[in-house]
Amino acid sequence: MTKTINLTLKVWRQKGPHVKGKLETYHANNISTDMSFLEMIDVVNEQLTLDGKDPIAFDHDCREGICGSCGAVVNGRPHGPEKGTTLCQLHMRHFSDGDTVVVEPWRSRAFPIIRDLAVDRGVLDKIIQAGGYISVNAGGAQDANAIPIPQEVADKAMDAAACIGCGACVAACPNASAMLFVSAKVSQLALLPQGKPEAARRAIAMLCSADKAGFGNCSNERECEAECPKEISITHIARLNREFFKASFGSSVQ
Amino acid sequence: MNWLINTLGSSIGKKLLMALTGLGFISFLVGHLAGNLTIYGGKDAFNSYAAHLHALGPFVTAAELGLLLFAVIHVATGAILFYQNLQARPERYKVNKSGGGRTIGSATMPYTGFVVLAFVIFHLLNFHFVDKTHTTIFQIVSEAFASPVYVLIYIVAMVIVALHVSHGFWSAFQSLGANHPKYMPFIMGVSVAVSVIFGIGFGFLPVYISLFS
Repeated sequence: MTKTINLTLKVWRQKGPHVKGKLETYHANNISTDMSFLEMIDVVNEQLTLDGKDPIAFDHDCREGICGSCGAVVNGRPHGPEKGTTLCQLHMRHFSDGDTVVVEPWRSRAFPIIRDLAVDRGVLDKIIQAGGYISVNAGGAQDANAIPIPQEVADKAMDAAACIGCGACVAACPNASAMLFVSAKVSQLALLPQGKPEAARRAIAMLCSADKAGFGNCSNERECEAECPKEISITHIARLNREFFKASFGSSVQ
Repeated sequence: MNWLINTLGSSIGKKLLMALTGLGFISFLVGHLAGNLTIYGGKDAFNSYAAHLHALGPFVTAAELGLLLFAVIHVATGAILFYQNLQARPERYKVNKSGGGRTIGSATMPYTGFVVLAFVIFHLLNFHFVDKTHTTIFQIVSEAFASPVYVLIYIVAMVIVALHVSHGFWSAFQSLGANHPKYMPFIMGVSVAVSVIFGIGFGFLPVYISLFS
């Protein structure tokens, strides 16, 4: 037997980047506790559409926690109160009947609001373009075991590569800093031999790009690692710092 | 030189400046506390400690100028960070909740920092920039702490210093890139220990002086 609950939603509504927004109250009735948070918004949107009102705009894509599209701040917590999940993986069974749920977009100067809960996270792509890649000459693929990589190193690189670029670290950071994102994208390559040749240029270019984007400065509050849906650790931020110092003081890259 | 300005001006560069100057202050406080503990040896022990310290002459002046330089860097960088971080989120959250990362120390860093700065100025005006020709440092200190208001100000200030250090100490290591699964728990432990030692070590001195001098 499926349990259903009724919720009061206070959702941030904003028509565009330069318009003033405000919280509006909606009632989400007969919500199955097996639904995901996004499915609950779908139900609310159906009703809004039938009533001739604008549905709530929000980003979503895979709805299985791997694409990094979805995300909203639910009762003050990015991706909601559960640990290590994205908003699409947050189920309504974690809410009780009669709860009031406040839903806000990621708030950062670097993420302008497109509409309601949808924000423009294009700057994260710009940071990747600045150096989050390796340059490989075309040709025959080399033997898979030509460069031995210890399992421990491969695991660490994979932990960093788990970043889906959702921007929850920025949303969670009291300073709206993107340091966890930058550190994951630098670490996944800096740890592996394939990433070493361009390590110095990458660390400096990616940090400069992030600084220019209007994010705040990291002050080691650790909110990012607590809210990251992929539970990426701030040890990667320490690695980014080391990579940046090595690049700045030990290489000829300007 | 352009590269150096770019490096230190970046977000990680500012972290480096805060970490190095912060650790500098912590080392200074360790020395300052060790020296102040001579108060428990009585009036003569404390006065003799002060005399020995001032006998170092130019070294004291050099250390003072070094601390002043560190203070200028730490305060100026901290002020820039505070301003930039406020700007980074023009529209604040209507509901704000911690995911469990922040501590009272980390959440209040700019404010405790500001109070510590005000306290340091107050402290220097009281005990450093005073005429010491016809008196001893013990005399000055015991007269000041005869007032309960002074004792209270100092105790509150020391609690605030302890809060600031509780985040600052481990955070400096993280900023310098020294985060290692084997050592980080130890550094975190030392961070708490150092802040408690500073809080109680410095905080009990005014109480002791007001009671027993």
